[in-house]
Amino acid sequence: MTGAAIQVRDLSKTFGGGRNLFGKARHEIEAVKAVSLHVARGETLAIVGESGSGKSTLARMLVGLEEPTSGSMLIGGRDAGALRRSGPRAFGRTIQYVFQDPVASLNPRKTIREILDTPLTRLCGYEAPRRRARMQELLHAVQMPEDTLSRYPHEFSGGQAQRIAIARALATEAEIIVLDEPVSALDVSIQAQVLLLLRDLKNRFGLSYLFISHDLAVVEAISDRVAVMYFGEVVETAPAARLFTDPEHAYTRRLVASAPRIRKE
Amino acid sequence: MSTLAAAPAPQAGSARITSWRLLVNNRLATAGLVLLGTILLLTALAPILPLPDPNATAPADRLKPVLTAGHLLGTDQLGRDILSRLLWGTRVSVAVGFAATFIAAGIGSAIGIVAGYAGGRIDNAMMRGIDMLMAFPYILLALAIVAALGPGLMNALYAIALVNIPFFARNVRGVTLGYAHREFVDAARLSGKGHLSIILTEVLPNVMPVIVITMSTTAGWMILETAGLSFLGLGAQPPQADLGSMLGEGRAQLFTAPHVSIVPGVMIFLIVISLNVLGDGIRDVLDPRLRSGALARPGPVTEVARDRTAPASTADDAVLVIEKLETGFRQGGEFIPAVRGVSLHVKAGECLGLIGESGSGKSVTALSVMGLVASPPGVIRNGAVYVGNEDVLSMPETRLIAKRGSRVAYVFQDPLTTLHPMVAIGRQVEESIAAHQSISAADCRKKAIELLEKVGIPDARARSVHYPHQLSGGQRQRVGIAMALANDPEIIIADEPTTALDVTVQARILELLRDLQRERGMALLFITHDFGIVSEFCDRVAVMKDGEIVETGETRQVLADPQHAYTKRLIACVPELGTGARFLDRVATLFAEDKKEVA
Repeated sequence: MTGAAIQVRDLSKTFGGGRNLFGKARHEIEAVKAVSLHVARGETLAIVGESGSGKSTLARMLVGLEEPTSGSMLIGGRDAGALRRSGPRAFGRTIQYVFQDPVASLNPRKTIREILDTPLTRLCGYEAPRRRARMQELLHAVQMPEDTLSRYPHEFSGGQAQRIAIARALATEAEIIVLDEPVSALDVSIQAQVLLLLRDLKNRFGLSYLFISHDLAVVEAISDRVAVMYFGEVVETAPAARLFTDPEHAYTRRLVASAPRIRKE
Repeated sequence: MSTLAAAPAPQAGSARITSWRLLVNNRLATAGLVLLGTILLLTALAPILPLPDPNATAPADRLKPVLTAGHLLGTDQLGRDILSRLLWGTRVSVAVGFAATFIAAGIGSAIGIVAGYAGGRIDNAMMRGIDMLMAFPYILLALAIVAALGPGLMNALYAIALVNIPFFARNVRGVTLGYAHREFVDAARLSGKGHLSIILTEVLPNVMPVIVITMSTTAGWMILETAGLSFLGLGAQPPQADLGSMLGEGRAQLFTAPHVSIVPGVMIFLIVISLNVLGDGIRDVLDPRLRSGALARPGPVTEVARDRTAPASTADDAVLVIEKLETGFRQGGEFIPAVRGVSLHVKAGECLGLIGESGSGKSVTALSVMGLVASPPGVIRNGAVYVGNEDVLSMPETRLIAKRGSRVAYVFQDPLTTLHPMVAIGRQVEESIAAHQSISAADCRKKAIELLEKVGIPDARARSVHYPHQLSGGQRQRVGIAMALANDPEIIIADEPTTALDVTVQARILELLRDLQRERGMALLFITHDFGIVSEFCDRVAVMKDGEIVETGETRQVLADPQHAYTKRLIACVPELGTGARFLDRVATLFAEDKKEVA
């Protein structure tokens, strides 16, 4: 467990910009501004922030779905540019992404078998018998019954679909997983189960997580360190326990104060 | 987790049977299918049926009427057997029509799917090409193409296929555009798929229904167009029979021997009408929106069962009383309950929190109050709703509608979808005022701006001309609240009003709602799934599960000492700030106990 899983330096992403046909400057949006952060192997780094603060853009750059405008990324110790040049395969085997809306991230016209089959064939290059065995292992790991494979995504509830999406990310044998609001679309009891599952999987397979969320209590429960994003910048990074008891930045303080709490007395 | 495993498994593969059944259930489509099937079968059998040679002329037997011995449908001007020519001609027409459909569908869909998926410049270049094709009236373009290539059946086929490419390209591109940025496409990319593989295996299966629908609705047109070109002498060349050329040749004898042109005319009519009704049927089956009944117009008020039991109000001092409400949905003759005997009441100046997980029936309960559950399929089967000691459900439609907004107002979850995107926010607030008060336009406007100021929109007069997309999520929800307040209602029903908002914004919106409620002494029914909000905001709380209220009481009491097992479990699953990693240890033991119980 040495070295960083993710090392990001001065990463920026600008949308729009440039000039149009008549030389007029187009509207430019800086979604991510010079963000630097690192995730150690086996660590969970959470990113919190409001909608529009650039959390998801950052995550999409890390998994190669967007290209950064400037800055450098080292993923699993390798340069992201080099990874991208060696094709989608290399990227997918190093880092994976779990989406916020689990049902939307599964193709409605494919069975779960077909969905899990793709990474096993494309990224791992396994033969049919090995794929079958691996699918059983994966379903067992995310605690889903065996008849899951022949069913379609719409037959599952949100929590079950998120388990399947996690299984798909695990199938690639990537050890770094970016989780983009993985539990915010779920009911509290299901949310607790999925969080528990994520923790178990991390310990079992030695995973590193980048966990994006807007729910501070969830973040505190699962993460080792927390980075707070505000208008495209990381304004504060601290260990979870410290950040919530003693927030430094004004925005973090406001965030902590705004979170609704249960008062039992 | 064992609860997950125990979820009932719907029968796999049932979807396909339903599609077929749905099609057969549609009588018109079935009739089209049977008619088309018969015609296709007859033409397919033409070579083995005992028919005379379609091209053998017999000048002695020319223009024999229908039902002549040996010539069931008579003969034409050259004495050829019309029945034989009809069947052979239909073969040619249908083959050309379908071939053109497949060619147009293939090329058009390929263009559409690539343009929609690639986007940007490629999309632009391809669609401008399609626009050029569309700039000409299609029959003129077909004529020009045939004129350039020379008359002949194959050239007519190419012309018709070419002019129909835009239909497919445009339709398919539109649908692909919706799928190209969906999360499952990103997920497939991360699973190692290349662009071609994504187009063929991820996007195409989703776009397929649209291609089939477009094919089934344009095939009839294509046959008609083939006939049209042949009629003008540009398609099938004599002596080859084809429906259009038969019609064209028979035209000269229209007055002396009308059957020569009527027979092929009727055949064209039958083929096209059967294809069109079948096409409509297929569209109804494949289009998910039509299947879910989204296009069926719901009535203005939820249907109330005639034989409902309406228990008397048990809380006379409350402004809103719901007694043993049972609301459900009709699905294929069956009644599926969503709310099973819910009773609750809210007093003036009080805030009742209704909490539950998704699917517990909270929203249906809230919508039932003012008869807003879409019907069909919604039905209120039993129970009563008292607003100010008057049973809402027994009111005539017009009175109930008049009560909406004036005595009971709603604030919904997503302000972006509840506000009209094309109308300025000031106008929308004015509309809700004008719906119940007859005041002058100037007063109405003044009042709307006051309301916007009241809910904390800065610089309300200037902002009132802005459109919803120009406002942030929090401000949009403030406009939603202003509209709810427009007619000084006694009761506000807020259905997850802050779920779509950030926590810092949520805190401010809740503060606003609470201040307004206290100031005006309104009753507030607050629907949420968040125990934190209930704890900070509500006086009393009712916990819903599977359409029933399992526990109700003072908020503090319920949170500190929950009585029902479900409430206990729900509260235990809520992560709290300050608990940290201990939270997961706590729920781990909770779920471990569950497993033991099941075992």
